Amino acid sequence: MSADLFLKMAQSIIDGDSDVSAALARQAIEAGIDPLEAITQGFVVGVNTVGDAFAKGDAFLPELVMAGEAMKAAVATLEPEMQKRGTQRMMLGKVVLATVEGDIHEIGKSLVGTMLSASGFQVYDMGVDVPTARIIAKAKEVDADIVGLSALLTTTMVKQKEVIEELDRLGLRRKIKVIVGGAPVTRDWVQKIEADGYSEDAIGAVAIAKQLVGAV
Amino acid sequence: MPKPIKSITNPKLRLEILTPAEVKRIHDATLHIIENVGVRFPSQQALEIWEAHGASVDRDKMIVKARPALIEEALKACPPVYSLAARDPAQDLPLDGNHVYVGTDGCGVEVLDIQNGQRRTSCLRDVVDIARIADATEEVAFHWVPVSAQDQPPETRGLHEIKAIWENSTKHVQTESIYNAREARAAIEMAIAIAGSKEALRKRPLLSLMQCSAPPLGHDAGSLEAALLAAEHGVPTGFMTMSACLTTGPASVAGTLAVGNAEVLAATALLQLAFPGAPVFYAAAQTASDLRSGAYTGGGPEDFLFGAATNVLSNFYNIPLSMGSFATGAKEPNWQAGLENSLSTFMASVVMSDMLLGVGFLHGSRIWSYAQMMMDCEIFSIIHKMMRGIVVDDESLALDTIAAVGPGGNFLSQKHTLKHMRDIFVPQFMDRRPYNEWEGRKDDARDWALAKARKILETHRPEPLDPKLSAEMERIIETLEK
Repeated sequence: MSADLFLKMAQSIIDGDSDVSAALARQAIEAGIDPLEAITQGFVVGVNTVGDAFAKGDAFLPELVMAGEAMKAAVATLEPEMQKRGTQRMMLGKVVLATVEGDIHEIGKSLVGTMLSASGFQVYDMGVDVPTARIIAKAKEVDADIVGLSALLTTTMVKQKEVIEELDRLGLRRKIKVIVGGAPVTRDWVQKIEADGYSEDAIGAVAIAKQLVGAV
Repeated sequence: MPKPIKSITNPKLRLEILTPAEVKRIHDATLHIIENVGVRFPSQQALEIWEAHGASVDRDKMIVKARPALIEEALKACPPVYSLAARDPAQDLPLDGNHVYVGTDGCGVEVLDIQNGQRRTSCLRDVVDIARIADATEEVAFHWVPVSAQDQPPETRGLHEIKAIWENSTKHVQTESIYNAREARAAIEMAIAIAGSKEALRKRPLLSLMQCSAPPLGHDAGSLEAALLAAEHGVPTGFMTMSACLTTGPASVAGTLAVGNAEVLAATALLQLAFPGAPVFYAAAQTASDLRSGAYTGGGPEDFLFGAATNVLSNFYNIPLSMGSFATGAKEPNWQAGLENSLSTFMASVVMSDMLLGVGFLHGSRIWSYAQMMMDCEIFSIIHKMMRGIVVDDESLALDTIAAVGPGGNFLSQKHTLKHMRDIFVPQFMDRRPYNEWEGRKDDARDWALAKARKILETHRPEPLDPKLSAEMERIIETLEK
């Protein structure tokens, strides 16, 4: 019975169908299935299948994103039941994401957020044009492992440096890793501002984040 | 010594990429999007203008929805023809639908150093050097800010950049790197200083501004306010969509054309509502995002189709077009660079896009290469030659000469040959040497192109700008740095 449900759960992720994945999550709760089991034996199997297909070149980015969205919908549905049972999903780490102050470019940052959350990170996406002080406050509030900073302009890129300097000043640099991204971000810049990592695309960002939390 | 500018004009080649009925469908789809989905204008000033003209404005979301008639009426005020003025009036560029001009591309963040070839962060010196070389090159008709002067303060960087170009070239300056009202005001003040007066600048705009949209279906407050300021002063302004299939646009080319069109038209209409008759242009560099990474690609068949289709749209609205061409995604000047830059530039040229942006970049407009710049100029020259098509008349059919040579002879010593041989294109960077000669050296286009750029930089002395004007520009910049 539950084996059949788990298969359907995996398939809903492979199909990238958030409506179906959420409905299956509700079905699992009604059937008294442990939400953690539904995640690990059902939905995560689907995520891994899509991930493997992507790695082999058989799947493309939109399929990864849709799988990520379907996963998010399923987990959100299971969340209240997990709280009721006092259980928690093991996350790889907490990531605060933001596009820096003065910059409104969103898409790359949001894509990184989707990929990180699909890969098992708890993501706090603060949106665009976020002042340094708010980023720092959020990182402290949620006890972040990683802060991810996006910028598309050479004139706003300097804010990435500002956040790092501020974390340094507060003595938080050893605890909170900083990753940066955006079209003008180069390796030279990353070295100059002493960020902990950068990537030119969302897939690479996941690999960097996993490295930084020691998950690989 | 007047320096001629090479532009494509009176073309013989034609391409019908969209039928009139298809253009109408894209137009209707665009108006449907603006009316029903809306476009985001996160600027109080812009929202007030829209409200004053009866558009529906959601103040919280800052989304504007406008009836088709409002947009269509506003666009009627766009001047169909005007000129981009240059310090040297002989280099003014009429945007009249019968000229294709090339600019330097922008705005990159790294440069392959002209002397040692090392990749490094761009600085003001690079803006100077590129402007000087572009000044000497007949293919480059106008400037964009090629690379970011990252050694200058962020709040006045855009001003240092245009000052450097004006000081090192007599050609028109278009900046894509000024996107807030504060800097735009100072830039216009600088342009007024060079033009002589506000009225003189309006008559002969020595500066134009290009603003990027914030896709999908949005704009940036700073960009909007800078553009409004420019429009007020008669400084030509264009909004560029970089709508990308998969990410900021639908996976389909037509859908992405419509989304980008909605971004550009809505912003252009705003400028016309505020300042009817202000000179505006349509700017575009649509693409298809990479299926694997979602990244910007800088080339591919979809890009080439966008390159040809967009001028059909801008012609429909009777607005000049600035079209993204060249700007290969290749990491070095190679097969991919030649392929992408040739096809994108051909497709944008064959439909007579007014401005092409532009020469010089690798890695999707991020890394400046002097060799690529020179080779891109040659690509444009080849297309320039092709666009003239084939002349068919008595002189070109050359029947007397053919009879004089007869079967079995050759045409090398004919007067007709001597008269017309220089019509044949002479490449600078194509390797037509005997194999043995190549084998002895193993050099190629990249080496020759770089050598040419170095030679220009060593020998070319641009017409200097009056030092008083430089001082005045410096003063304007300093006011902002205080």
